[in-house]
Amino acid sequence: MNKEKNLTENVASKIDKETLKSVSEVPSFWKVIKNEFRVDKLATICLIMLVIIFTTVIVGSFVLDQDEVMKISLRNKYKEPGKEFILGADIGGRSIAGQLLIGGRNSILIGFAVTILTSIIGVVMGLIVGFYGGKVDNIIMRICDFISILPTTMLIITFVVVIPKYTMWHFIFIMTIFYWVGMTRLVRSKALSENRRDYINASRIMGTSDLKIMFTGILPNISSIIIVNLILGFAGNMGIETGLSFLGFGLPPATPSLGTLVSYARTPGAMTSKLWLWLPASLLILVMMLCINYVGQAIKRASDAKQRLG
Amino acid sequence: MWKTILRRVLLMIPQIIILSIIVFILGQMMPGDPFTGLITPDMDPLVIAELREKAGLNDPLPVQYKNWITKILTKGDFGLSYTYKMPVATLIGSRAINTLWLSLLTLVLTYLIAIPLGMYAGRYNNSAFDKGVIIYNFVSYAIPQFILALILLAIFGYKLGWFPTTGSVEIGVQKGTFAYFLSKLHYMILPAITAAVLRTTGTIQYLRNEVIDAKTQDYVKTARSKGVPIDKVYSHHIFRNSLLPIAAFFGFTITGLLGGAVFIETIFSYSGMGELFISSITSRDYSVMNTLVLLFGVLTLFGSLLSDVIMTIVDPRIRIE
Repeated sequence: MNKEKNLTENVASKIDKETLKSVSEVPSFWKVIKNEFRVDKLATICLIMLVIIFTTVIVGSFVLDQDEVMKISLRNKYKEPGKEFILGADIGGRSIAGQLLIGGRNSILIGFAVTILTSIIGVVMGLIVGFYGGKVDNIIMRICDFISILPTTMLIITFVVVIPKYTMWHFIFIMTIFYWVGMTRLVRSKALSENRRDYINASRIMGTSDLKIMFTGILPNISSIIIVNLILGFAGNMGIETGLSFLGFGLPPATPSLGTLVSYARTPGAMTSKLWLWLPASLLILVMMLCINYVGQAIKRASDAKQRLG
Repeated sequence: MWKTILRRVLLMIPQIIILSIIVFILGQMMPGDPFTGLITPDMDPLVIAELREKAGLNDPLPVQYKNWITKILTKGDFGLSYTYKMPVATLIGSRAINTLWLSLLTLVLTYLIAIPLGMYAGRYNNSAFDKGVIIYNFVSYAIPQFILALILLAIFGYKLGWFPTTGSVEIGVQKGTFAYFLSKLHYMILPAITAAVLRTTGTIQYLRNEVIDAKTQDYVKTARSKGVPIDKVYSHHIFRNSLLPIAAFFGFTITGLLGGAVFIETIFSYSGMGELFISSITSRDYSVMNTLVLLFGVLTLFGSLLSDVIMTIVDPRIRIE
């Protein structure tokens, strides 16, 4: 009898402690993301697929020698997929599989570089104009307005044509010029609303330096939104790069890109009878886009308590 | 309201000026000039130098810019296209009609797809249909335009042969006849569907959320308790209210269409302005290319102005200001 009572009391107090803990504890962003992925199995699958694709592409492209892959051998012109070439060969007898790995790496790297650069500019600019407001804010925002009304695609193409001795770095630079605006706007609007909160006022009164408030006060509080935007921006930037390379105005001609591979679809007869030329690259882009966006959506839900599944 | 619009219009003037300066500078950076094409072994270099001097190519840049912009503003003279040997304005005019028709059909298709999908998904939210729409929405958002275009082209153009794969009208069809119109439509459908699918995402999302929101609003409850049939509540009350944000997006939809024209028209070899832009770049036809950049820039500006104006009319919060 006594023993039983003890047991129920024990259990009760244990449950009590646990609920108390779970109620009072604010879960960290990472924990929420973990929960979200646990509930949304598809997001987990997407994440795993992305990891597999990225590792294969990056490791594969390191193992492969780019010059070797890009060497022309006319004997293998339009070789169909088979033993010698897993995914066949292009007009110059170059392995599609090899180009897929190197091109994939280039496209991923460019998407990544542009995302990082635009985000750094966007976060710093957004924080500064959001924090100080006034004249600086006005000027920067007019510049943003101006850039966002420009015919971006056409201007990038024109720049690509105009620049002499054009390289991959030029391309990253040009893209960055046009795409920092989005992040700046986002960070600015978030910083503006954070600015009104009490904790910022308290820091101000305590005499904390502006820089410290911006980067250790505001930034951590808006970081989840920034992370979501980073991921979706990464997909977007890769889409733009592959699209422009597809048209022939992305990466320089000698540098393989997924977009260039897809553009083989436009060589006569390739659309229906030489599927191996363009379909693998198209599918790779498609799968990456869907997965990155899906993972991005899951993290977006995690960052917004109202939308969470887990 | 007029004050906001006026301010917006005034803001456009410096924007257009800066845009024109950028385009001018880009034009200066391009190798060659209109007379480079004339250079042949039996042409005296002195004659070309003279032509250059006469055309004002040796003047200081600000003077050249002034001349260039005055010509555009007063005579609508954008120069000559080298490849087509005709005034740029005439050339672009003939292509602009095609782009215009394609954009119009895309718009119609966009709303034809988006409005019913958004309305029904919102009305029966969490149903199987709604889930399907969410998947459609996600995929159409994530898929890059050129990949979708290629896939549709490969399936419906090449594999099934339902639609032509290049061009904008069948050769030999008499202009102005009904057959001509049908042929045009036939050539436009596939590119228009491609462009429309990608444009539906925002509209569907908005409409769906708007309808879900409206369901709990008082005006809907009032209508229901007055005995208005549920279908009518949706088709009259909710639908009309939900259309406002779509109207506000209209300008952005137009500008988006223009931006996408470069990809869509190139892939489907549809002879519009976007395709002309790419071909003018490949053939280094600089005057055409510059004019197109300027034109698209100005059109984008007007698109965003249009959106702002509609938004001002639609959204009372801005109107009061």
